[in-house]
Amino acid sequence: MALLTEADYQALGLTLQLAATVTVLLLVIGLPLAWWLAHTRSRWRRPITAVVALPLVLPPTVLGFYLLMLLGPNGAAGRAIAALGLSALPFTFKGLVVASMIYSLPFVVQPLHNAFEAVGRRPMEVASCLRAGPLDRFFNVALPLAWPGVITAAVLGFAHTVGEFGVVLMIGGNIPGQTRVLSMRIYDHVQAGEYRQASVLSLCLLAVSFVALLAMSLLRTRRQSA
Amino acid sequence: MVRHLLRGLLAACALCAATAMGQTAESHITVAAAADLHQALDEVIAAYQHDHPGSRIDVVYGSSGNLLTQIEQGAPFEIFFSADSNYPQQLVDHGKAGGTPVPYAFGHLVMWSASIDMKNVQVADLEQPKFGRIAIANPQHAPYGKRAEQALRAAGVWAPLQSRLVFGDNIGQTAQFAQSGNAQVGLVAESLVVNSPVMGSYAPVPPSLYEPLKQSFVLTKKGAENPLAQDFAHYVQAGQGKAVLSRYGFKLPDEAKH
Repeated sequence: MALLTEADYQALGLTLQLAATVTVLLLVIGLPLAWWLAHTRSRWRRPITAVVALPLVLPPTVLGFYLLMLLGPNGAAGRAIAALGLSALPFTFKGLVVASMIYSLPFVVQPLHNAFEAVGRRPMEVASCLRAGPLDRFFNVALPLAWPGVITAAVLGFAHTVGEFGVVLMIGGNIPGQTRVLSMRIYDHVQAGEYRQASVLSLCLLAVSFVALLAMSLLRTRRQSA
Repeated sequence: MVRHLLRGLLAACALCAATAMGQTAESHITVAAAADLHQALDEVIAAYQHDHPGSRIDVVYGSSGNLLTQIEQGAPFEIFFSADSNYPQQLVDHGKAGGTPVPYAFGHLVMWSASIDMKNVQVADLEQPKFGRIAIANPQHAPYGKRAEQALRAAGVWAPLQSRLVFGDNIGQTAQFAQSGNAQVGLVAESLVVNSPVMGSYAPVPPSLYEPLKQSFVLTKKGAENPLAQDFAHYVQAGQGKAVLSRYGFKLPDEAKH
């Protein structure tokens, strides 16, 4: 008998797809947000920093519950989505992407925020004196200097999404190929007493997490020594 | 001042510890129960505690497969109320039970919806797109989920419904999926909806379509030595316990024989 069934591979593929999608989208949102947080003097800075950090301390079940109620057909967001003619989000891959983005937001934004703060204003002012435009400064000065933070953000966002369970349990519906991610599959195997499959899949998750952290450390040092 | 406060706190802690130890083990048990019993067993326990002041019964609900796994891994439960007879038998086979499985009720599967009038709806009708997403419990470890799969297969709609099925972790979460409107229809336990304040309608799934949900309990090794566990097990099968169970739509073992 093979170590993993087709359904297990499907869950593995789905998990990696979810984590990759969420990481890319979070970087797109997180870069400008972290940049703004690092440089603004707005009085909204502290409340917004706190909101971004909320998923760090909120139990995933609370997050899942709110999302289920908000995104469901009777919730405010769910009604708005239906009014736009879009399909409902709970129990879909898209819904998991939205939920995971909220859940992993602080893991991406905080390293970026710290990195941008560490770069400081000085290099930007120098670049400005050399007549670099704002976008030029951001992409050619700030971003390369903050590179280790970007790597950390991407790896943490990815790994945290791979390990997500509580939110998925609440709003996933455990649908094969849609929302049955690796952590759910492991849970189901354990419930059904199928410890061998559970341990093989758990080992997969352990390996993914280890490789991610190793890659992070390697990428950071290579960039710094270059 | 601070020292006085500290001394007071210490004394309070000592008192708490003393009362905790003073409680004999017999006056408290923890029961593991299938999620379909949620409201019914809560009511039975409330009645029991009313009749037996000084006894305390805590209950943990979950899917029967989940609870079996927990007990086999040493979870401290005295009685295991399953939604079928298979899981209690497994506990016996694995040498972790303190007795033999005793049937206490027969459960029923219904099709429930908050938004669609389910009157006169047949299982095969669920194939129509208007029934949207259909929630069932996970067949891998929830007996009601296994029966839902059997019923959908028997009605010939299991394959076409694949893309519209949503799986609850246990029958309680399955009911919640349907009651919150996130799934249009739920194949749930009658006991969870028959006295529910949530507005909705339901139709029975014909019992001929699925293996009977003959629900059994079994005492664990820990429970076999516990008088409260034994007494409560009798209570569930006797007058008042039976009355509550039948009010929640369960058939009782002696009725089912006829």
